[in-house]
Amino acid sequence: MVVKLPEPTEKVVENILRLANTKLPEDIGWALEAAAGWETNPTAQSQIGAILENVRKAEHMYKPMCQDTGIPIFYVRGKFDSSIAKDIAQAVENCTKAIPMRPNTVDPIIRINNGNNLGPGMPAVHYIPTDDDFTEISVMLKGAGSENMTRLKMLNPSDGIEGVKKFIIDSVIDAGGRPCPPGIVGVGIGGTADECVAMAKRALMEPLDMEDPDPEIQALEEELFVKINSSGLGPMGLGGDTTVLGVKIRKAFCHTASLPVAVNIGCWATRRAVARITDNDVIYSQGVRL
Amino acid sequence: MRSLYAPFDEKTVRSLKLGEIVNITGAVVTGRDEVHIRALEYLDEGKEVPQCLNEAVLYHCGPIMVQDDKGTWSVVAAGPTTSARMNTLEPRFIREFKIRAIIGKGGMSKEVAEAMKEVGCVYLAATGGAAVSYAEGLSRVTGYDWLDLGMPEALWHFQTRALGPLVVAIDAEGNSLYEKVREKVAENLKKL
Ligand code: SF4
Repeated sequence: MVVKLPEPTEKVVENILRLANTKLPEDIGWALEAAAGWETNPTAQSQIGAILENVRKAEHMYKPMCQDTGIPIFYVRGKFDSSIAKDIAQAVENCTKAIPMRPNTVDPIIRINNGNNLGPGMPAVHYIPTDDDFTEISVMLKGAGSENMTRLKMLNPSDGIEGVKKFIIDSVIDAGGRPCPPGIVGVGIGGTADECVAMAKRALMEPLDMEDPDPEIQALEEELFVKINSSGLGPMGLGGDTTVLGVKIRKAFCHTASLPVAVNIGCWATRRAVARITDNDVIYSQGVRL
Repeated sequence: MRSLYAPFDEKTVRSLKLGEIVNITGAVVTGRDEVHIRALEYLDEGKEVPQCLNEAVLYHCGPIMVQDDKGTWSVVAAGPTTSARMNTLEPRFIREFKIRAIIGKGGMSKEVAEAMKEVGCVYLAATGGAAVSYAEGLSRVTGYDWLDLGMPEALWHFQTRALGPLVVAIDAEGNSLYEKVREKVAENLKKL
């Protein structure tokens, strides 16, 4: 956690973009180190070894750890006004050149690229107003490899918790090596269709070593973690004991006739960074429960 | 880890075993969706296609490149992209250019494995996202073609130094490590 003197918001956003791009969150690094310790499959060992070496080099050389610098997804929480959207967009444009980040953002139909990662609806910013005395800006960089594996299913309430578990496991297994496993499985259960997917994504912002306050959710996360890893899919889908580093679940009440479940997978490079701005300082970290 | 020197011949390719871990020193070119589309289009139209594709080691990669004031290019980050996107064009691409090795992530279809078996080509799995390490392996840019396709889509030529680790994930007999893992996973899931 780094504390600095106040800076303009645009600069703070640039800082979290650089932090997210170049330094893997500690919790994910620890989980990868642990996996390197328990893996017995030589292919899996080579993959985790290559990831860890890459992470060290990226941090040391101050370079993006993956060439797919993704789509930056922002969460703004606390007190803020609408001008913050402009600061965020400007920072994204600046960082696209300065870090550099790959210009990934295109028109969905005619596929033109402005070259600056900006365009209608981009960058994606979610607002969570609270009565707190700080402004907290979080970013997650989401590559296409993992984002393309996103699934939403409106289950029947009669499918029950077993149906929910099956859908989550199948989603991870069907994705195979495409989302660059081992990563994190973000899950939303309940809510409306849109909120369900949003929960699955938000869950990925939470550090792996942070426990869910609800013991039932904790137990479900643990069960899915063990089951998915016992599949043997392994790092990059090449076989091994480590398919996921963690499972993170969020739930919300839903319609009595619905049971929505969403899965949003984060790759090993689930790059996140957070800045909490108060009147006196800015505190940086790399994960938060939203 | 076995060191390979590119370009390599069919015999070397056929000697590679499934699951073996290798690295490559020598000539490697990058090409993804657009390179495949254009190269095959040019062949159909009788236009000239860059020589470097013949018997090439082809890396499915859209690198982040930077150019300095003197116009020299260098690579910043260059991990593998998802190979399955090239599934439909790859069989013909392999046959036309006698591609010797494809580096990518996630594996490729049965049809591609068939073409590989026929021509003598292997699929080498690179660790997804390990962009800085692979960029280091792509130590020198020796040229490029089709930069008009955009930075990630262009046909970049590299002289590599111990580019790796790469896992032989589809061998020149058409055996696939992905298939084997998939079968095992299906078995394991039944036990749950
Ligand atoms: S899935 Fe993640 S690690 Fe893999 S290439 Fe995409 S952004 Fe990089």
